Amino acid sequence: MTVAEHDAVTRSEPPAFAAALRDAFVAALIALGLAAPMMGLMATPGPEGLKLEPHWQRVAIAVAVVFVGRLILNLTIWRPGVRKPKTANSPRTDAMLARIAKLLAPAAIVIAVALPFLPGVERYTVDLGILVLTYVMLGWGLNIVVGLAGLLDLGYVAFYAVGAYSYALLAQHFGLGFWICLPLAGILAAFWGVILGFPVLRLRGDYLAIVTLAFGEIIRIVLLNWYWFTGGPNGIGQIPRPSFFGLEFKPGPDGFAATFGLQFSGLHRIIFLYYLILALALITNFVTIRLRRLPIGRAWEALREDEIACRSLGINTVTTKLTAFALGAMFAGFAGSFFATRQGFISPESFVFMESALILAIVVLGGMGSQFGVAIAALVMIGGFELFREFKDYRMIVFGAVMVLIMVWRPRGLVSSRTPSVFLKEKKTIAGALVQEGHG
Amino acid sequence: MTVKPLDAPTLPPDVLLRVERLTMRFGGLVAVDDVSFDVRRGEITALIGPNGAGKTTVFNCITGFYKPTVGRLTLDRDGRPWLLERLRDHQISREAGVARTFQNIRLFGGMTALENLLVAQHAPLMKASGMTVLGVLGVGGFGKAERAAIEKARRWLERIGLADRADDPAADLPYGDQRRLEIARAMCTDPVLLCLDEPAAGLNPRESADLNALLRSIRSEDGAAVLLIEHDMSVVMEISDHVVVLDYGRLICDGAPKSVREDPRVIAAYLGVEDEEVSAVEREIEETAS
Repeated sequence: MTVAEHDAVTRSEPPAFAAALRDAFVAALIALGLAAPMMGLMATPGPEGLKLEPHWQRVAIAVAVVFVGRLILNLTIWRPGVRKPKTANSPRTDAMLARIAKLLAPAAIVIAVALPFLPGVERYTVDLGILVLTYVMLGWGLNIVVGLAGLLDLGYVAFYAVGAYSYALLAQHFGLGFWICLPLAGILAAFWGVILGFPVLRLRGDYLAIVTLAFGEIIRIVLLNWYWFTGGPNGIGQIPRPSFFGLEFKPGPDGFAATFGLQFSGLHRIIFLYYLILALALITNFVTIRLRRLPIGRAWEALREDEIACRSLGINTVTTKLTAFALGAMFAGFAGSFFATRQGFISPESFVFMESALILAIVVLGGMGSQFGVAIAALVMIGGFELFREFKDYRMIVFGAVMVLIMVWRPRGLVSSRTPSVFLKEKKTIAGALVQEGHG
Repeated sequence: MTVKPLDAPTLPPDVLLRVERLTMRFGGLVAVDDVSFDVRRGEITALIGPNGAGKTTVFNCITGFYKPTVGRLTLDRDGRPWLLERLRDHQISREAGVARTFQNIRLFGGMTALENLLVAQHAPLMKASGMTVLGVLGVGGFGKAERAAIEKARRWLERIGLADRADDPAADLPYGDQRRLEIARAMCTDPVLLCLDEPAAGLNPRESADLNALLRSIRSEDGAAVLLIEHDMSVVMEISDHVVVLDYGRLICDGAPKSVREDPRVIAAYLGVEDEEVSAVEREIEETAS
């Protein structure tokens, strides 16, 4: 038998039991190596200082458990020696999830619109809905920067803070109402996006991420220390609540309830806030979807795919990146001013790095570039976070475990496939594996 | 931007691009040393030379990816001269009309073939969408401009034989198709000069012949001049009107393919100095040319 024949025989018929046994044996050896020092030896205080007390029985039990357990798993679920192909996302799952997303998206919008009037929905649920929708909007805003343009921004919360403080300060000092401050907050946040973006966007990849991270922290620390302007750690309180286009939510003859002949209820304002953030989020979504089909959106995606090729095609990469940065920042600014009016009180504590990380996690887990995936990720992460409130700090463990699981199962996020912005004959979804993630 | 630079020289009418005394140093290394040549309108000019001769560096200077250390690059587009060394890379494509492809293909792999060709028409489409503002609101003539752009892309896809694969991601296309798609993408920017960096690398003989036909049609139908770097002598000798030879960063020969082929300096530079090898490769060149 030649070497090649021998190879062919061993490769075509892997002796299942022998391989399983060998694998279990290796696992048991590793367990022995780990357990011997950690479980087998115990330092106990003796008459002459510490002395080592052996517990070899425990080690034997641990090794036996690993060996038998691994062997059983090998013979039932796992197949050692049979390697799965290393494609992380199979194109079929990709296409299926994309189709599900397409079908579910309108249903999700209908549910979101009807939510406050569904039976059994209390104030708590509507409040939670507001929170989730805020993060959906932030996720969609960041998705323009990270998902479409491929610029890794770790300081996104800075623009959220700019929006919130813009509204709070403008209302406090100039008595401007929410509806005037909303666009102003967006413009100011976009302006800061450009200010930051201009020097920073020459950097790429990790360097860009670090600088944006630093920028996020700078904004927070400035807010914390610029005492006479921002109130420092005390924050800004008594921020005016939003009015229903001039009608305030208050009891009395000129309030919202009286004008519409309703019984006054504190819930009216909550429901109004809910619809406000729903509308803002849907506007973000609508604008993003439209932008994707315009030349600027295609240029963003092209930039994510290959910046050098973009430059050779006459695309000004600096302004293209800046528009992505500014637009993402603008939506964060809108969300920020909404946050300020909803809370009535803001302080730098609301704009820590953890928030940036959370929004980025929503975008990455949802699938960069996928609107529906981001919405689902926001629902699961924020909603789940609230639901498991009783678990206190253990939530973070669950949170981490979920992230690890998704990264193992779908490293490019829940909905990773890309829909072409234009087609000639037939719209085919593009497998996530072909799409670049961008290098800044 | 639209003002003629005062110090731009007036080129003879048949010259499209004049490279004068181009020198590019990287620290102590002189990659291109005092190279001057012309690219004439309606011609295919080949830039050849052994590995490391500085061909790609010359390309990168012309297309704005490098700023030359010394030298002047004058391009005449419709009677208006442009000094390429003063333009930024995206302006070279947009204003001066120089398009390029890359040695290692740089398509937008996750985008469809059609989308690749639309990205190349970014500048006119951007204008039609009112710098995005009108486009988002859905007013203005963007729809019409986009239909025209898609039509243009479709014509190019048909020309390169990829009309059936318009909606497939570029990364899924076979290698030869990717090469042709990259050329089509460059041509969608409406260039007056098309720079191709080793377009025939990795192509089989049939694909190579298709490429030659495509480049000839670009010269005759689109009226664009072509400047190409190529190692494949069958392509160089068959289609080029004018050959420029570099060796160790210096220009060693500049002329018609026939005269270049017989130039002893070229033969020496290309083939080393071993006499047996020289005659062997000379024979090969003769065969491919005949």
